[in-house]
Amino acid sequence: MLEIIKNTNIDFIGKKYIAFVFSGILAVIGIIAIIQIATGKANLGIDFAGGTAIQLKFEKSVALHEVRKALEEEGLKDLDLQDLPSVNKVLIRVKKTEHQLGQTSDAITGTLSKKFPDNKYVIDSTTEIGPKVGGKLRADAAKAAAVAVVGILIYVAFRFQFNFGVGATIATFHDVLAVLGVFYLMGREINLILVTALLTIAGYSLTDTVVVFDRIRENLRVRHKEPLDVVMNASLNEVLSRTIITSITVLLTSIALFFFGGEVIHDFSLAIIMGVIIGTYSSIFIASPTVLLWGGKRPFVKR
Amino acid sequence: MKKKILWRFILIGATVILAAIFFLPNTPLFKQMPEWWKKNMPDKGITLGLDLQGGIHLVFEVDGDKAVEITTERIAQSLKDIIAKKKLNTEISSSGLLITVTPASMEIRKVIEDNYPILISVETGTKVVYKISDKEANKVKDNAADQALETIRNRIDQFGVAEPTIHRQGTNEIVVQLPGIKDPKRAIEIIGKTAQLEFKLVDDSAQVAAEIPAQIAPGEEEDVLKKFAGKLPADDEILFERKINRETGIARKIPILVKKQAALTGDLLKEARVNIESSGLGGPYVSISFNAAGAKLFDEVTAANVKKRLAIVLDNTIYSAPEIRERISGGDAQITGSFSMEEAKDLAIVLKAGALPAPVKMLQNITVGPSLGTDSIEAGKMAGILGTILVVIFMVIYYKLSGVIADFALLLNIILLLGAMASLNATLTLPGIAGIILAIGMAVDSNVLMFERMRDELRSGKTPRAAVDSGYKKAFWTIFDSHVTTLITAAVLFQFGTGPIKGFAVTLSLGVSINLFTALVGTKTVFDLINSKREVKKLSI
Repeated sequence: MLEIIKNTNIDFIGKKYIAFVFSGILAVIGIIAIIQIATGKANLGIDFAGGTAIQLKFEKSVALHEVRKALEEEGLKDLDLQDLPSVNKVLIRVKKTEHQLGQTSDAITGTLSKKFPDNKYVIDSTTEIGPKVGGKLRADAAKAAAVAVVGILIYVAFRFQFNFGVGATIATFHDVLAVLGVFYLMGREINLILVTALLTIAGYSLTDTVVVFDRIRENLRVRHKEPLDVVMNASLNEVLSRTIITSITVLLTSIALFFFGGEVIHDFSLAIIMGVIIGTYSSIFIASPTVLLWGGKRPFVKR
Repeated sequence: MKKKILWRFILIGATVILAAIFFLPNTPLFKQMPEWWKKNMPDKGITLGLDLQGGIHLVFEVDGDKAVEITTERIAQSLKDIIAKKKLNTEISSSGLLITVTPASMEIRKVIEDNYPILISVETGTKVVYKISDKEANKVKDNAADQALETIRNRIDQFGVAEPTIHRQGTNEIVVQLPGIKDPKRAIEIIGKTAQLEFKLVDDSAQVAAEIPAQIAPGEEEDVLKKFAGKLPADDEILFERKINRETGIARKIPILVKKQAALTGDLLKEARVNIESSGLGGPYVSISFNAAGAKLFDEVTAANVKKRLAIVLDNTIYSAPEIRERISGGDAQITGSFSMEEAKDLAIVLKAGALPAPVKMLQNITVGPSLGTDSIEAGKMAGILGTILVVIFMVIYYKLSGVIADFALLLNIILLLGAMASLNATLTLPGIAGIILAIGMAVDSNVLMFERMRDELRSGKTPRAAVDSGYKKAFWTIFDSHVTTLITAAVLFQFGTGPIKGFAVTLSLGVSINLFTALVGTKTVFDLINSKREVKKLSI
C-alpha cells in the first residue's frame, strides 16, 4: 500500500496552546473584518454596498489609467477600476449612486465610446443594485450564517454530546472567521459569492471535524481506562491519513477551478483553497482540544 | 454471480440509462434522435441560468404608498361628485393620504361613511379628516402589486421575449427575468414606464398664462416652476411639452398651463397603434381608440371645448397639445410628438398594456451579456474536466485497483447528478458549476473513508472479505454524518440565497445525496463482486 502517512504518533493535543494562540490571532482578524463590514468600511462588493458594476471586453488592449483619466474628465470620479489584461477586460465599479439606477452605466459607456472611438467594446455584464437591496442582502447573509451555526450545533450535539457540539461549532466558526479575515487583509472584495464560499467551507470543515469525533467516540467506547487526551491523540493520529487525503482531493479540484475557472469564480476558488487548508488544521488542532477544555463528563462511557 | 449483486448492478445500470435520457436534451445528440423520441421523451434538460445564458434580472419595487394616495384622490373626487349631486354644502379636499371635509355635519358624515366604509376618521370637530383604514390600505397595496405584475407581464408579452420569468417577491417587489434578450435597455424602459396617460385641458384664458415663456431649454423647468409657484389659479398647473426639431436634433421644452384635473385618463383606451404621417415630415405617430365609455366622454369634452387646446400628457410630460377643432364623436385620436419609430412602437406597447397602478422603482438590475455566459461555461467545463482527471489519477496512484473502483463511482456520481438536474429542469448557474466540481472533490471522500478503514482492518490481520465488510460497516455512519452536515449547509444556502447561489445549493445538495447512493451502494457492490468470484488473497488497495 502506498502510504503518505504511516503510523504516526504526534502529540496534537499537547500543542493546543500554540494552536490556540495562532488561531486566536486569525479569529481576531476575522472579527475585525466583520466589524469593518458591518460599518461599511471594508471592500464591500456592490452586492452588499449597492452601486453599479460594469464589465467590458475591449477589442484591443487598453491601459487602465487611461480609462480612469477618461472617466474622470467627464466627472465620473470615485470609481473602482480593475482589469484582466490577458483578456482585455475592464471591470468598473461605482459604489455610491447619486444617479438613478441606469444613468451611471450609461454615463460610463457613453464616455468610453467617445474617448476610445477606435477600440470597440462589448458589455460582458452590468449589475446595478440599489442601496436598500444591498443592506438587505447583508442582513440575509448574516441571518444565513447564524442559522447555519445553530443548525450545526444542534445536529452535532444530537449525534455526539453537547461539549462536542461546542467544539465543532467553535472550530467551524474559527475557519470562517480566519478565511474572512485573510480576505479582508488582502483587500479582496467581500460579496455574495464569498459568503457562499464561506458557508461551503463551514460545511466541509464540519465534515472533517465529525470524522475525527467519530473516531474519538469509537475509541472511547473501547479504551475507557485511558485518559481522555491520550485517546484523543490516538484517534487524531488514526484519522490523519484520511483527513490529508480528502484535503488533497478537494484541493486538486479547487486548484483546477482557480486556474481555469474564469474570473467570476476566481475569488471563490481561492477562498475554498484557503478554507480547506485551515479547515483541516482546525479539525486536528482546535476541535478536540476545545472539547477537552470544555470539560464535562467523560463522554460515551458505558456505565 | 450472486443474485443480490446482480440486482444491484441492474439497479445501477437502470439509473444510468435514466439519467442519460434526461440529460440528452442538453447534448447535440438530441437533435439527431428520431421524431417519436423527441415527442415522448423529456425534451427540456437543464436550464442555463442567466449568468450562463445572458439576459437580465430585474427587481422592481411597487410604490404602495403612492397607490394608496392615488386611491385616496379618486375617492375624494367621487365624493365631490356625490356631494354636488345631493346639493350638500361642504368642501372636500384631498392631500396625500388625507381627505378633509369642511364643514362636516352629521348628515354629510353619514353620506361619506355610507358610500365609502373603508374610510376612517382621524380628526373630528367642525372639520373632519379621513383616511383609508390600514387594513384597506394594505389591500390596496397588495392589489397594486398584483396589477403591476399583470401590466408588466402584458408589456413583456408584447415586447416578445422567449421564456420570461415574472413573479412577485415579498410584499411589494416584482422580479423579472428575461433570458437571452438583445436590447436590455429598451426592455427596462418599457417595463418601468408608469404610462399614466391623461388628457388635460389647456387653460389659455388665465391671466398669468400670458406671462409664461414660450419655450425654454431643457433643464430650466425647475426655474420656471419656482418663478410661478403661488401665482397660478388653484386648479391649474404647469407641465412641459417636449419638442425635438427633427432636422437639427435640438430639444426644447414648452411650458403650458393646464387644468390639474384630467378630462380623460388612459384606462379608457381600447387600442393603440403606430402609424406614419402621410403628409408633413412623414414621421411616426400613435393612433388611439377609446372604449365606449371613453368615446362618450371624449365626445362631451370635445363638444364643450371647441377652439380650446387639449394636452395629451404621459407621465406628467406633455407630448402634444393640439387644438380641438370640432366635436369628436368617433372615439379616435392621435398622439404626435416628434417620435422616432422605436419610441412610437414602445409607446403603443405601453398604452395598450395599460398603465401601472403606481410608480415602480428599480431596485436591482443584473445584465449579463451572452459572450460572458459562453465564456463562463467553457471555463467551467475545462476546470471540471481537469479537476476530475487530477482526482482520478491521484486515486489510482494511491489506492491502485480500489482507486479505479472509486473512480468509476465518481463517474457514476457525475452522470447521475447531471441526470437528476435534468429531470428536475434545474437551473445551472456558474456557482452551480463550481458546486458540481466541488462535489466531485467531496465525492471521493466517502470512498477514502472506506478505503482507509479497510486498510486498517487489513493491517490488523483480517481477510480481504472481512476487511471489506467491516471497513464498510464502520465507515457508514461517519459517511452519513458528514453528508448530513453538508446538506444542512446547502439547505441554509438554498433558503437564503438568490439566483446563482440557489443554483450552487441545488447542485451541492444533489451531488451529496447522490454520492450517498454511489458510495454506499455502488462501490460496495463492486467489492462484493470481486470477493464473490474467488477467494481474494490480496486486496489491491
